[in-house]
Amino acid sequence: MSAAEEVVAEGHQAVAAVPKRGMTLGTGTSLVVLAALLIMPIFVKNFIIFQMTMLLIYGLAVLALNILTGGSGQFSLGQSAFYAVGAYTTAVLMEHFNVNYALTLPIAGVVCFAFGFLFGQPALRLSGVYLALATFALATAMPQLLKLNFLEHWTGGVQGLVVTKPDAPFGLPMSQDMWLYYFTLVVVIAIYIFAVNLLRSRSGRAFMAIRDNEIAASAMGVDVALYKTLAFGVSAAITGIAGSLGAIAVQFVAPDSYTITLAISLFLGMVVGGVGWLPGSIVGAAFIIFVPNIAEGISKGLSGAVFGVLLFLVIYLVPHGARQVAILGQKLAGKLRKN
Amino acid sequence: MPAMHVRLGAFSAALLLAAALSTAASAQKQYDTGASDTEIKIGNIMPYSGPASAYGVIGKTEEAYFRKINAEGGVNGRRINYVSYDDAYSPPKTVEQARKLVESDEVLIVFNSLGTPPNSAIQRYLNQKKVPQLFVATGATKWNDPQNFPWTMGWQPNYQSETIIYAKYILKNKPDARIGVLYQNDDYGKDYLKGFKDGLGAKAASLIVIEDSYEVSEPTIDSHIVKLKASGADVFMNITTPKFAAQAIKKNAELGWKPLHFLNNVSGSIGSVIKPAGFENAQEIISSQYFKDPTDAQWKNDTAMIAWNQFLDKYYPEANRADASVMYAYIVAQGLVHVLKACGDDLTRENVMKQAASLKDYVPAGLLPGIKVNTSATDFAPLSQLQLIRFKGETWERFGEILSADVGG
Repeated sequence: MSAAEEVVAEGHQAVAAVPKRGMTLGTGTSLVVLAALLIMPIFVKNFIIFQMTMLLIYGLAVLALNILTGGSGQFSLGQSAFYAVGAYTTAVLMEHFNVNYALTLPIAGVVCFAFGFLFGQPALRLSGVYLALATFALATAMPQLLKLNFLEHWTGGVQGLVVTKPDAPFGLPMSQDMWLYYFTLVVVIAIYIFAVNLLRSRSGRAFMAIRDNEIAASAMGVDVALYKTLAFGVSAAITGIAGSLGAIAVQFVAPDSYTITLAISLFLGMVVGGVGWLPGSIVGAAFIIFVPNIAEGISKGLSGAVFGVLLFLVIYLVPHGARQVAILGQKLAGKLRKN
Repeated sequence: MPAMHVRLGAFSAALLLAAALSTAASAQKQYDTGASDTEIKIGNIMPYSGPASAYGVIGKTEEAYFRKINAEGGVNGRRINYVSYDDAYSPPKTVEQARKLVESDEVLIVFNSLGTPPNSAIQRYLNQKKVPQLFVATGATKWNDPQNFPWTMGWQPNYQSETIIYAKYILKNKPDARIGVLYQNDDYGKDYLKGFKDGLGAKAASLIVIEDSYEVSEPTIDSHIVKLKASGADVFMNITTPKFAAQAIKKNAELGWKPLHFLNNVSGSIGSVIKPAGFENAQEIISSQYFKDPTDAQWKNDTAMIAWNQFLDKYYPEANRADASVMYAYIVAQGLVHVLKACGDDLTRENVMKQAASLKDYVPAGLLPGIKVNTSATDFAPLSQLQLIRFKGETWERFGEILSADVGG
């Protein structure tokens, strides 16, 4: 085995095999979390509702990456590119073609699915760190592509596009922020259920077989090429929908919003939440949204360093992220019950 | 129940008295969220981290300046509470921070938030909420648009008006110029380029022989300079940020290319551009300025410069005095204090905008002689004058009149 192959092999092992049962929460816990998410906006300020909306949106984007990495074992540092395509699709459709915001979501999903699927084709030949690098290139290229002159008429070039925030429909007595929160919540729950079922289905088993051992999977009759690109497509589509929701919530798209930093943040969110554990996506999103604020509160000049220290602590103490904490909690609860 | 009646009577009398007092008081003092008898809350958003973190020094200088104002008794007896957040130059983060400032910290205004994309992201939100987005720290042209965005106001001379001034100079003094333009491929570079072409008007197509752009991520722009020289241009419009400007000046000298060289004022600093590039290589370069360069020896004994140095000694000793941003922040912070003083006891958001829009020939310390701040209900571009300067020896020499070119958004 050559050195390069070893690296690749190690890269595969880095994604520990997660049994499919371990990928989700129990029904009881899910209902409690859902109830909390439903009731919460009634008691807090609009600003908090906005932050919660962003939490759900980033959670969705992390979930998409989780399907790709935790499910099929492929790495991507290019999620920001798919997020950008989704956001721009929505912004351009809403502002230039007056399409209803809700309709732009499926369109963005389809566009991103196609984009991800096509990108998955050449990426097939790469695995492990090489795939991560190829997607990294995509993320770096995206902001510049959005600035291209011949696209400027639609994308607004470097100045970006301002998006109008939708009002609550049917004269519902709620603020724009609250409506958008519930709208996002419904979309996120729908996609979450879809993702859970996808991973439990035949396709999901194929993803995991590829993740655990590509050669064995292929010997079992799994079409490795098809399922790898499919995972890319699904992940891109979900990221794109997250991007669309993000554009509506933030009311602005610009190339500077979708730099490589975003891709790395999403990757970070996935690791902190626990690779392959879908509910961890929300925990990971909370980490990338709130921890920089905490770091800034501790020291303005050294916010980056403080963030680094906090991240280091998390990785050092709970290397499997929120999943590990959840498992520990479960064990503890079980012990208490026995006593 | 006589006791009850007495109590009720006393209570209503007290209520009446209180009402009378409060109307009397409100006739003099009016406050919006974020202002009170003791405090004025000012919000700010800066890229303390991320790609534009070099500008974070602006926020730090402003914080130091408001500390100085508070130590001297505040603004009309009220201390300034300056709340500044980091957005890492990422527009979605800017929106989050702006909403935090307005809805959670409840600031009176958002002041001097930095960067064109971040400010674009929050412009509509702040205007909907009727929160002043005052003196934004960007040179884009679109901030001067009181009709559509009555709660947003710019500060510095905009990029387009600067290159219009160079274009006019070229048309007048070198009508047969062969111009080579080098610009940074982002909003800043493109805004400058647009102003330059607008200034040249119909002759732009024939005079500009080559247009070349570079990415801010490139390590060096040497190859671009070689390309420009090869085009046979005899005028060089240099739209670059400090690091690249120094490279360009140096490479020009190495190649022996001696065009009429125009340098945008973003890179006019002697300390961070000209000196590293070598004084001998920078002779006869033309640029423009509106405030005094602290690294220029001619201002050594200037009263404004002495005051600036004293302020830094006491409140921000670790500041890098060669950094033009420190002077920039010092001037714009004075501008805000001036506006808040003019508001008197009427600290409503509306009155802040009204006072900001009625500055007449105001001169904060640090501007070049002859440059003044002027605004009106239809002119939301406080600084719109520039002075042409030419590099001679080891300092910038001012020449010609004070020029102004107002461009609306």
